[in-house]
Amino acid sequence: MNRLKTSYEQDLRLARRRWDVPCYGLLLVALLLVPQFASTFYVGEISFVFIYSIAGVGLMLLTGYTGLVSLGHAAFLGIGAYANAILLANGVPFALSLPLSGLIAAFAGVVIGIPTLRMSGLYLAIATLAFGSIVILVGEKWHSLTGGFDGFPVPHPSVLGYVLEGPSAVYYMALGVLVAVLLVAMNILRAPLGRAMVAIRDSEISAQSMGINLAFYKTVVFAISAGITGLAGALFGHYVRHLAPDSFGILLSIQLVTIVFIGGLGSLHGAVFGAAFVAMLPQAIALVRDDLPFGMGRLPGLEPSLFGLILVLVIMFEPSGIHGRWLKTKRWFKSFPLHKRAAFRRQKTYAKSDRLR
Amino acid sequence: MSGYFSSRDLAMRFGGIRAVEGVSFDVQRGEVFSIIGPNGAGKTTIFNMISRIYTPSGGTLHFDGHDITRIAPHRIAGLGIARTFQNIELFANASLLQNLLIGRHCHSSVSVLSQLGFLPNVRRAEVEHRKRAEEVIEFLGLQRNRDQLIANLPYGVRKVVELGRALCTQPKLLLLDEPSSGLNVEETDEMAFWIEDIKKDLGITIIMVEHDMKLVSAVSDRVMALNQGRILAMGTSAQVQSDPEVIRAYIGGEPEVVS
Repeated sequence: MNRLKTSYEQDLRLARRRWDVPCYGLLLVALLLVPQFASTFYVGEISFVFIYSIAGVGLMLLTGYTGLVSLGHAAFLGIGAYANAILLANGVPFALSLPLSGLIAAFAGVVIGIPTLRMSGLYLAIATLAFGSIVILVGEKWHSLTGGFDGFPVPHPSVLGYVLEGPSAVYYMALGVLVAVLLVAMNILRAPLGRAMVAIRDSEISAQSMGINLAFYKTVVFAISAGITGLAGALFGHYVRHLAPDSFGILLSIQLVTIVFIGGLGSLHGAVFGAAFVAMLPQAIALVRDDLPFGMGRLPGLEPSLFGLILVLVIMFEPSGIHGRWLKTKRWFKSFPLHKRAAFRRQKTYAKSDRLR
Repeated sequence: MSGYFSSRDLAMRFGGIRAVEGVSFDVQRGEVFSIIGPNGAGKTTIFNMISRIYTPSGGTLHFDGHDITRIAPHRIAGLGIARTFQNIELFANASLLQNLLIGRHCHSSVSVLSQLGFLPNVRRAEVEHRKRAEEVIEFLGLQRNRDQLIANLPYGVRKVVELGRALCTQPKLLLLDEPSSGLNVEETDEMAFWIEDIKKDLGITIIMVEHDMKLVSAVSDRVMALNQGRILAMGTSAQVQSDPEVIRAYIGGEPEVVS
């Protein structure tokens, strides 16, 4: 329950509810202790969830909060991964190469952001799809830089003389970056920038009339989103240890989109929930693969089709995603015998046809 | 140029359609100026030119000593011109408070980088914006809906929120596009009181497009009637309403005298 508020500062805090600090604090401590107990396999799996969560937060800011759909985000992941690996291979210390890989991806975000400023919806999706394909192609052909199809081995990072190697090292790096990225994302969302993003998503025309420079903010959001995804890419590189251009193709882009849709558009929780779901799904499939009837488990393309099927089902039956389902469940328990279905039903919007575009 | 706001020979053509043609008018500081006319007369088109959603095909617009005919649309709010929309263009998936705070955007000058870290200057500015937004909430009596999503609010309240969002920009000139459309009689009366208050207490100049002649007569200092993109009549509400040209535009002929 809410306590009475006595100052506006209270609404600006990151932890606005009474149980926020103890709950998230406990979660963080538990996550810090995981590598002490869990097997290498699970440490690796959870690191993968962290990495997907970072990329998910990046795409969530763009798609969930600003309403710009990108089908080429895997390219930023790839740019971040290659930037970090190439910098490390050339002797740049990890403490520099990691932020630089984010900056380089952010710069790529500006490059794709500026020409697509006037696009939205399907057109933007197609343009970003094309951008993604171009980046893959450049990665394949620019042999001297990326090693092309031979791949690019990612050197072990080292900080202050300690070589960070093994699953636990990747785990802690990913956790650290995820926490930092979540803090930055929460800062954005409580600042004028976050409100401008929501305004652009809900009505460009009145955002403009409120003094929001659409071109500037769309470019900034593209850059931030690409930069965060680039950081995820750098860690992804350390996770897989060997980069190949074709691993950053359309399939990965669609996985990233699936993260934000399944998680729930417009929620940072959703980005993390969605990432956990998408990162764990292949393992879940592997577990039941042998028990499926008619040798279905051996069929090629089972995984992508399942992703597609789940995406369609979520959009049809739970458009607010896992996060929305979570809110509804919480509400059901809070108002236990008095639950009513209409609590989450929205009114129809008025006179959409006359809206200026 | 005379007048606080002035339009000279304003014209807007969409292909062969002359939506607005040769429209000149001046609005004095502190005035409520209403634009009336049948559907398609070009009223909203004039608003869209003032808020720079459209670029005029001809003519000039001046406000408070600035030529605003060709400046970027997002700079209009900073100059002190705010508007509401005929069909409500609120940010539907944000709370009422967030909508009002977006209205504060043109007064926010903190850099993007300091926002990423939510530095103390951002925090101070946010508290200041919140104070302003709360003043508007109090002015319009929106306290009980403060944290609700716009999508969950009834139409009448949304109309008021749009007015509030415009007030949050601290405008000098307020453009109201059909403030009473979709409102019931009581809500329309309430709107009339607010328009009076905005004019008297806040000293804001208002240009209003409106169909409800009762509201127009109640609040306007001067009225301009348009038909097919041209000015038919200008003057006090009573003068314009008795103008034979205006009556013909609305009713379609001389009023017949029944003996």
